[in-house]
Amino acid sequence: MSVVTNTTTIGAIEAPSRRNTELLMLAFAVAIPVFAYANVGLAKDGSLPAGMLGYGIGLSLLAGVAHLMMRKFAKYADPLMLPIATLLNGLGLVLIWRLDQEPSLGKAMAPNQLMWSTVGVALFLGVLLVLKDHRVLQRYTYISMVVALVLLILPMFFPGVNGAKIWITIPGVGSLQPGEFAKIIIAIFFAGYLMVKRDALALASRRFMGMYLPRGRDLGPILAIWALSLMILIFETDLGTSLLFFGLFVIMLYVATERTSWVVFGLTLSAAGAVGVAAFATHVQSRVNDWLNPLATKCVNGECGLVTETAQAMFSFGSGGLFGSGLGQGYSRFIGGIAPKSDYILATVGEELGLTGLMAIILLYGLLIERGIRTALAARDPFGKLLAIGLSGAFALQVFVVAGGVTGLIPLTGMTMPFLAQGGSSVIANWALVAILLRISDTARRPAPAPAPSPDAEMTQVVRT
Amino acid sequence: MNKPLRRVAIFCGILILALLVRVNWVQYAQADKLKTHKDNRRVLVERYAHPRGDIVVDGKAITGSVEAKSGDLKYKRTYKDGAMWAPVTGFASQVYGATQLESIHDGILTGTDDRLFFDRTLSLFTGEQKKGGNVVTTLNGDAQRAAFDGLKGKKGAVAALDPRTGKILALASAPSYDPSKISGMGDAEEWKKLDKKVNPDDPSLNRALRQTYPPGSTFKVVTAAAALEHEKYPDIDAATDSPFPWKLPQSSTLLPNDGNHPCENASLRVALQWSCNTVFGKIGSDLGREKMQETAEKFGFNSEQFTPVRSNASVWPKEMNPPSTALSAIGQFETAATPLQMAMVTAAIANDGKLMQPYMVDKLTDPNLDVIKQTDPVEMSRPLSADNAQKVQQMMETVVKDGTGKNAQINGVTVGGKTGTAQHGINNDKNPYAWFISYAKTDKGSPVAVAVVVEDSEAARGDISGGGLAAPIAKSVMEAVLDRSK
Repeated sequence: MSVVTNTTTIGAIEAPSRRNTELLMLAFAVAIPVFAYANVGLAKDGSLPAGMLGYGIGLSLLAGVAHLMMRKFAKYADPLMLPIATLLNGLGLVLIWRLDQEPSLGKAMAPNQLMWSTVGVALFLGVLLVLKDHRVLQRYTYISMVVALVLLILPMFFPGVNGAKIWITIPGVGSLQPGEFAKIIIAIFFAGYLMVKRDALALASRRFMGMYLPRGRDLGPILAIWALSLMILIFETDLGTSLLFFGLFVIMLYVATERTSWVVFGLTLSAAGAVGVAAFATHVQSRVNDWLNPLATKCVNGECGLVTETAQAMFSFGSGGLFGSGLGQGYSRFIGGIAPKSDYILATVGEELGLTGLMAIILLYGLLIERGIRTALAARDPFGKLLAIGLSGAFALQVFVVAGGVTGLIPLTGMTMPFLAQGGSSVIANWALVAILLRISDTARRPAPAPAPSPDAEMTQVVRT
Repeated sequence: MNKPLRRVAIFCGILILALLVRVNWVQYAQADKLKTHKDNRRVLVERYAHPRGDIVVDGKAITGSVEAKSGDLKYKRTYKDGAMWAPVTGFASQVYGATQLESIHDGILTGTDDRLFFDRTLSLFTGEQKKGGNVVTTLNGDAQRAAFDGLKGKKGAVAALDPRTGKILALASAPSYDPSKISGMGDAEEWKKLDKKVNPDDPSLNRALRQTYPPGSTFKVVTAAAALEHEKYPDIDAATDSPFPWKLPQSSTLLPNDGNHPCENASLRVALQWSCNTVFGKIGSDLGREKMQETAEKFGFNSEQFTPVRSNASVWPKEMNPPSTALSAIGQFETAATPLQMAMVTAAIANDGKLMQPYMVDKLTDPNLDVIKQTDPVEMSRPLSADNAQKVQQMMETVVKDGTGKNAQINGVTVGGKTGTAQHGINNDKNPYAWFISYAKTDKGSPVAVAVVVEDSEAARGDISGGGLAAPIAKSVMEAVLDRSK
């Protein structure tokens, strides 16, 4: 009797939903970009920018609607992810608007980015609304595979932009970066596939020199993914996407099988692939050269002594110093073209917000990633765990590859900073990614439904009465 | 599955940590290197973000700053009478860097000098626009104009000093260039015109400091000073041991004199009056290379001068045979001097043997005109004793009174001078250089010593002589200085 009472008591206590925490954080996440926006205006022409009110209201609306939907449809989800995504997206908009103030960088892009952000948040809400349970996605394992493959292969047939073929250009509509969406879809495929195959991959192995080596026939999938990554690298000349997909697969394989040997095997394969490709692919070689000599000058059409984008970015970071020049007062425009708003947006952060600001941004990404991994830990089903770690891992790899590339830690690749950088595909896809993580987190933290009144108990009562 | 998940979490943490370490390396450890890297355009932007301080002559700025119409560098340099002052200022160009005073005192002019730290910090709080400090020169605007006008249409240079202090009063070079025309962006055409390959006149060459010419007969005052100092001939009115005609030692070549003058055994005074090659050639030969070198180097030969703008070293050859020594003693062979050097020689004699270090920056001031650094006159050396200096003065005054330098006479003022006509080119086939060095003396000592060189003039070869071409320029410069000091 007492045991039954205890269970009922625990079930009766409402688990904390943490939505109020989220609301408070969201207030900060909206206020900080609005202040930043004011800051740019004051620095640039000494007055508050005209669009500030609209921007503030717009961002508040997006955040507010998202928050209300969370209260309704994902009540128990992680309270930090939405505020962090909002803050990064809001700061990204301010940074792009700030760079729009430089006439040398071409047409304004902030209005478009605001529109894409709205679409992104709409997709975020759509996912929360439609996807009541993430396990539904498991049904689409093989469809996901096909879609992901198509998305990855398509850009091969379109002309490259700045040397990387990662775009699909639809005349009159615009261009799309399918790799951003493929990142999510392929994580769904891997999660579904590995959940089924994990036992075979984990258990059927031979022991060799203290490591469990997979059977020959189990090597198939990893070799296929490896080959695909190499093909992306060779034909689409995109180091970043290639690295992202292979890394993602290795992480998920490791989590699914708990076998370190897969990691060793994966690293060996990627090292072999990288060295092999670097030996004959000139675009990879030139990236590596830029990385080794970031400040070297280049020659174009016989005119020498020109400063490279890489060097300009390094100068931006260096000139920012500890506390930065202040928003609107830096010279990251020297990077030139569209790059400061997209690939090199971190250079503006580094120069105008300084080391302090840049570290804060990196820590925000780190926090978002670790919240994702926490979600994986908390998830109760293997598919949810795998999907959550896949999405978080992909996000982490992307952040590392982009930030590492821009700051000269690793060779530069053609990818963009999630949420921060200009680009519709990226912002939409990453809002969807966060939505799926929140759905998994909501499912994981949702308290078990209160047990239905036990018929036995009732009977007992009846008997008693 | 949680164990590998935790490991992946740690792995992701390491990735983030690696990024943090990297940005600290770039933005902290490497920051200064990147911030000041030569390719970092911010260095230029910052440099031209504020009006540059001015270079000042006679209390008035000869430079200015205006907002540039094109390019991302805000202020560009302007110059008043740029061509006239170019040998003093040099240029400060947004594209081609800076030279001379503009370069040497760049820190003061841009305001980045450590000595302006307090002003910078203050303007941070007061919100006043940052401005550089000023460079106040020793130059005399009237003398400079006299020199520059005198050289109009000619090729040559003038250097004038205040013998008592070493202050540079005039420093002109012709043909010149206007540094205003190359100070901004998009001035590549004008810049190309300054290239020696395109323009044989080489207008950007600062002839007063950077061109060495054979000094010709003007060098005879150095030889005369050496003869007195080394006690070869202590009395300037006593006959010297100078046969005529005279063969160069170890040679059968006769050393000619210019014109038919009483040079045989002439006294030093007469020999200088008529510029006797035989007398001074023999003195050089008799004293020998080393003794001549000792005196020449005391006058500043064989070393660069820093005024603070560097001047090329004038040359007394350190290795040569006796006939060459004789030729060098009359300012030929490899002897070469900048106009500044010859002005220094004149100044040392006019200042009773005391050579003052030549300088052109009187003081550096902060933007509020408070003095940061004042240059004090410094004695450089004593090439000859006061007695001997006065003897050379008497000789040079005779040259102007009764000899080759009559064109430099000024009413009511004692003037001493020496002409020179230096030959050059293979077999002397080019127009000679016309030299004139002189000083003026008042009851308060000598306020001005000047050296003028005119090269490659259009005038017919026979007309070229120091007295004809260069002396009038020297005279007008001296007059300009004298008028001011009245």
